[in-house]
Amino acid sequence: MAMTETVDKTEWQVGDAEERRVILSAEDITVRFGTQTVLDGLDLDVYAGEVLGFIGPSGSGKSVLLRTVLGLNRKQGGTISLFGQNIEELDEDERTAIDMAMGVLFQHGALFSSLNVLENIQVPMREYLDLPKKLMNELAMLKIEMVGLPPEAAWKFPDELSGGMVKRAALARALSLDPAIVFLDEPTSGLDPIGAADFDELVRQLSDTLGLTVYMVTHDLDSLFSVCDRIAVLGDKKVRVAGTIEDMLVCEDPWVQSYFNGKRARQIKR
Amino acid sequence: MASEDDNAESIAKGEAAGVQEHRSEDGRELSLTGNWTTRSIAAIDGWMRELASTAPERIVLDFASIANIDTAGAFVIRRTVEELRQAGKSVEFRNISHSEEVLLDAVADAASQSMPEKPSSGFGLLTPFAVIGRSVFAMAEQMKYAFGILGSAIAGSSGHGISLTAIVAQIHRIGVGAIPVVLLMNAIIGAIVAQQGAFQLRYFGAEIFVVDLVSVLVLRETGALITAIMIAGRSGSAITAEIGSMKMREEVDALKVIGLNPIGVLVFPRLVALMIALPLLTVAANAAGLAGAMVIANYYSDISYTAFITRMGGWIDVTTVFAGLVKTPFMALAIGVIASMEGMRVGGSAESLGARVTASVVKAIFVVIVLDGLFAIFFASIGF
Ligand SMILES: Nc1ncnc2c1ncn2[C@@H]1O[C@H](COP(=O)(O)OP(=O)(O)O)[C@@H](O)[C@H]1O
Ligand SMILES: [Mg+2]
Repeated sequence: MAMTETVDKTEWQVGDAEERRVILSAEDITVRFGTQTVLDGLDLDVYAGEVLGFIGPSGSGKSVLLRTVLGLNRKQGGTISLFGQNIEELDEDERTAIDMAMGVLFQHGALFSSLNVLENIQVPMREYLDLPKKLMNELAMLKIEMVGLPPEAAWKFPDELSGGMVKRAALARALSLDPAIVFLDEPTSGLDPIGAADFDELVRQLSDTLGLTVYMVTHDLDSLFSVCDRIAVLGDKKVRVAGTIEDMLVCEDPWVQSYFNGKRARQIKR
Repeated sequence: MASEDDNAESIAKGEAAGVQEHRSEDGRELSLTGNWTTRSIAAIDGWMRELASTAPERIVLDFASIANIDTAGAFVIRRTVEELRQAGKSVEFRNISHSEEVLLDAVADAASQSMPEKPSSGFGLLTPFAVIGRSVFAMAEQMKYAFGILGSAIAGSSGHGISLTAIVAQIHRIGVGAIPVVLLMNAIIGAIVAQQGAFQLRYFGAEIFVVDLVSVLVLRETGALITAIMIAGRSGSAITAEIGSMKMREEVDALKVIGLNPIGVLVFPRLVALMIALPLLTVAANAAGLAGAMVIANYYSDISYTAFITRMGGWIDVTTVFAGLVKTPFMALAIGVIASMEGMRVGGSAESLGARVTASVVKAIFVVIVLDGLFAIFFASIGF
C-alpha cells in the first residue's frame, strides 16, 4: 500500500507546553439540520499534547461538532484544519494519512458486533498496514493491556462485555495505530464512579506517556477536575469560553457559573 | 508535512525501522535507526525475533538514531529485551531519552505476557455426532418455541396492551404496501400459464380449455402460493429484522420489565395483520392472475373476454375459490410465527441478525410450499 508521510504523527505526540502548537483548529463552523442551526460561527483550537475537556448542555451540539470535525457531518460554513492542513484541500492519500493519525471513541463504543475484541482492535491495522499476524496479535494484546482490560477479554464479543469494558475496548481500537489525537465522546457516561475515575486516570496516563492529544466530550465533573488541561464550553451554538479550570471558576457566564459552582462541583473541589 | 523544528540529526523521516551493528571487543552494539512506529515496524520485527538466539552475552542498544518511536516500536524493543534477558544475556541501553524510557516502561507488562489461550471449540472423535445431536435437539427446541409463540400470542390476545391501531398499521404495511407487486407478479404468472396452456392445447384443437386450466390453477394454487411466497419474503424478513433489532437493543427486555408481554405486543398484531392481509391479497391476486390470463388468451387464441368469462363461470364454483383461499390464513400464521421466532432468536451481533433474517425467509417459504402440498393432498382425499 502506497503511503505518504504527510502526517508525521510522532512529531505531534510530544506535548510541549511552551510551544502550544495547534493540532486541530475549527474556524467559524456553521452546521444546520433543516431549519435548526446547531452550530453558528464556532471557533475552537486544540493544542498538541493537551487533554481538552469539551462540555455543554445536552443537545447543544457537542456530538455534532465532533462528527463535523471527523467529516461525518456536512457543515454549512467554516474551515477545519487538522495537523495544520485544511481537511477539505486534501487528496485521498493525505486524507488517509490524517485518518491514520486520529482515533475515535464513539459515544456508544461502536465496536463491530461480529468481531471479537482482538479482531476489533486489528481492523485499522489490517486496513492500513501489512503486519505479520503474530506481531499484529501482540500489538493488539498490547493495546488491551494498555487500556486495562484483562487478557481473556481478547476473545470476547462486544455483546459479552460490560459497559465499561466496551468503552475500554473501543479506546483500544482507537489507539490501534498509535494516533496523535484521540476523540472521546462521553467516554465515562454510563460507567460507575470508580470505573469512570479509572478511565480518567487511564486517559491522563496515556496522554502523559504517549504525548497523546485528547479531545474529550464529557459531562463528568470529576474528569474535568482531574484530567483536563483545558476546558471548552459549548453554549448558544458557539464555544462560550475556553481555558483552564481556574478560568472556569472565575468565569462570568451564567451556565458556566452554575455548572462549576453547583453543589456537585463544590463537593469535588473540596 | 515539513517539520518546523527539523533537527539536524533527525535521520531520514519516513525511513523504516532498521538496525546498524557495531562489534566491539566485549559484545555487540546495535544502533537503532529510522522510524520505530506502528507503520514501519514490520520491516524489523522478524530480525528482532531472531536476535535472542543469535546475540552474544552482552548487547548494547543505542537509541540515538531513532527518528520516531511509538508503542509498537517500544513493544518490539521491550519484547526483545525480555527474550534476551530470559536467555541469560545482558542488555544495556545507551542514549535513551526520557520519553523513550517512559514508553518502554508503559509496554513492559504487555511485552512479558504471552497470548492468552483461545477458548477452543474442541474438535474430537465425537464432534460429528455431537453436531447432529445438537441440531436435532435445536430443531425440537425451535418447534416448541414456535408453538410457544403461537400459544402466547393467542393467550396474550385476551390481555391488555393490544391495540387496534397497531393491527391496522401492520395491515397497512403488510397488506396495502404489497398490493402492486402482488398484482404484477400474479398477472404475469397467469399470463405465462395461459400462454403455455394455449400452445399445448392448440395441438388438440382444444384451445378453449385453456380457460379451465388457467382458472383452476390460478384460483386453487398459484394465486395463494405466489402471494404467500411474496409475503414470506417481503414481510417475513421485515418482521424478523424489526423484532430482531429490538431484541439486540434490549427493547424486548424493556417491554418485559415494564410488564408487557413482548409476544402480545410485538407478535400478536403482526400475526393478526398477516392473517387478515394474506387472504385479501390472495383475492386480489386471483383477479390479477385471471386478468393476465384473459389478455393472453385473447391475444394468442382469440378467446374473447366474454367467452373467457362465460366459460369460466360455467366451470368454476365457490368451492374452487375457497380451496385456494382457505389455505391462506394458515400460511399467514406460519409466516408470522416463523418470522417472530427467528426475530426473538437474534443475539447481540449484526451477523446474527442477518443469519436470522435469512433463516426466517427460507423457512417461511419452505413451510408455505409444504403447507400448500398438504392441503392439495387433503383436498384430493376429501374430494373438495
Ligand atoms: N442527523 C441529525 N439530524 C437532525 N438533527 C440532528 C442530527 N444530529 C443532531 N441533531 C440535533 O443537533 C442537536 C445537537 O445534538 P448533539 O450534538 O447530539 O447533542 P450533544 O451535545 O448532547 O451531544 C440536537 O438538537 C439534535 O437534535
Ligand atoms: Mg452527544
